[in-house]
Amino acid sequence: MVLSLLFASGFVQAGADEDRAAFREFYEQRFPNVELKQHINGAYALDAGRRAQWIEMEEFPPYEFTIDDGDSLYHEPFRNGSDYSSCFAGGGAVKQWYPQFVAGEIVTLEVAINQCREKNDEPALAYDGVEMAQLMTYMAYVSRDKVIDVSVPGEAVTAYERGKQFYYSRRGQLNFSCSQCHMQIVGMSLRSETLSASLGHVTHWPTYRFKWQEVGVLHRRFAECNEQVGSEALAFQHPAYRELEYFLTVMSNGLPINGPASRK
Amino acid sequence: MAKVKIRGKVREGVASIKSLMPHPMETGSRRDAQGNMIPAHYIETVICECNGEQVIRAQWGPSVSKDPYFAFKVSGAASGDVIKITWVDNKGETSSGELTLK
Amino acid sequence: MKSMNRRKFMQSLFLLTAIAALPKLAFARAVPAFSSSTVDDVLKQLLGDMPIEVSDKIVFKIPEIAENGAVVPVSVSTKIEGVDRIYLLVDNNPNPLSAVFEISGRTLPDISTRVKVGESSMARAVVRANGRAYMTSKEVKVTIGGCGG
Repeated sequence: MVLSLLFASGFVQAGADEDRAAFREFYEQRFPNVELKQHINGAYALDAGRRAQWIEMEEFPPYEFTIDDGDSLYHEPFRNGSDYSSCFAGGGAVKQWYPQFVAGEIVTLEVAINQCREKNDEPALAYDGVEMAQLMTYMAYVSRDKVIDVSVPGEAVTAYERGKQFYYSRRGQLNFSCSQCHMQIVGMSLRSETLSASLGHVTHWPTYRFKWQEVGVLHRRFAECNEQVGSEALAFQHPAYRELEYFLTVMSNGLPINGPASRK
Repeated sequence: MAKVKIRGKVREGVASIKSLMPHPMETGSRRDAQGNMIPAHYIETVICECNGEQVIRAQWGPSVSKDPYFAFKVSGAASGDVIKITWVDNKGETSSGELTLK
Repeated sequence: MKSMNRRKFMQSLFLLTAIAALPKLAFARAVPAFSSSTVDDVLKQLLGDMPIEVSDKIVFKIPEIAENGAVVPVSVSTKIEGVDRIYLLVDNNPNPLSAVFEISGRTLPDISTRVKVGESSMARAVVRANGRAYMTSKEVKVTIGGCGG
């Protein structure tokens, strides 16, 4: 109980493993009837009515066309004859290992895709573009059920801590932090939205949001969320968003990838 | 545009078919970022055939959702039957998809 | 605008006849009903003076609170025999008629689709069988999204 209060209010100087244990314990206490793993389904784990509609959507989900587009893109050879399989193993089933801390920076899967393209003399894809979303959708799909396994080596601790700090810091005109909505008042309604747990947040991206009527990547939601609290929306793959993604992914270590997903 | 996707299972002579058709299904009452009306563009007719025989026809208005989902059931079906779904929209554009039931 | 739509519709009907060998059955033209803006008008266009009986034999599934009004899953099935038409209406949509399903002998009266519900509204499933009409209805609430939408 004391630990969760500390969590809600600020910064616990503990290692990533301890952070994750405390994170999980928080949600276990808050939702004793929800198996931790179910939070990968966000609000659908918390609301029966929404869950029923989501299950209907899963009969033939709208993101299927995007998976097919991503499949075509993934298998299209580069001009030099090579392709993405030269950079990613298992047919692209690698999402569970990202983000990674490599050569002093946080490399998300999107960044790795562009690094692969650069290595093969191909132009980079826009991080907020359709093709990147399609590729990410395909790679999430082939990575489904793989268990998230992201480490925080010594040299990555500073970046990890910055991501954690972002999560707990208030921002914007509404002066909300991520933790306020997704921990303090998690499960409650914000107008007609049911606030979902941060545990399992990263597992289901990219996401087809009915609101967007298309698939969008995780950083699109970060930017949207920041805008909604009256804070500055950063560019996709801005270092602050990469660090936030890193922190959130570490918190979800042990959970399976279940992207792409459909959401409200 | 991508083709109509069809999934189906036959059990005791009844084929349960599910389909997803990519289409904007614009109602004609939305505006774009510049404030111009986006013209109506939606599927008007869907024809489903089993081995060339029409089994169900749907007529839609623009209030059917974008990338329409359509599920239906056909009796007297068997493994090897070919299900074909064809749509025609208000611009006269058309596309179709086929599935051979296993 | 209306006459343009009608002309375009006629064009596509011609195309339709060309691409699919339609049986020469006199399927009632539901087309004008799509332009009607009231439920009464729609039902009159579709069924004429046929009395419509409220029935509990139609299984009409639609969520009570739609997650997103743009994509509301809906399904209609019934044990009533001899069904040849299933109609879907959303009362408060600008044009209440959403979809018409023409059921043949081989097709079970069991369909699912996803529709737009513009604002909280009554939704109706109407079934025509053996020259009689049956109806059931459900209320669908559409909410404004939180977090600024």
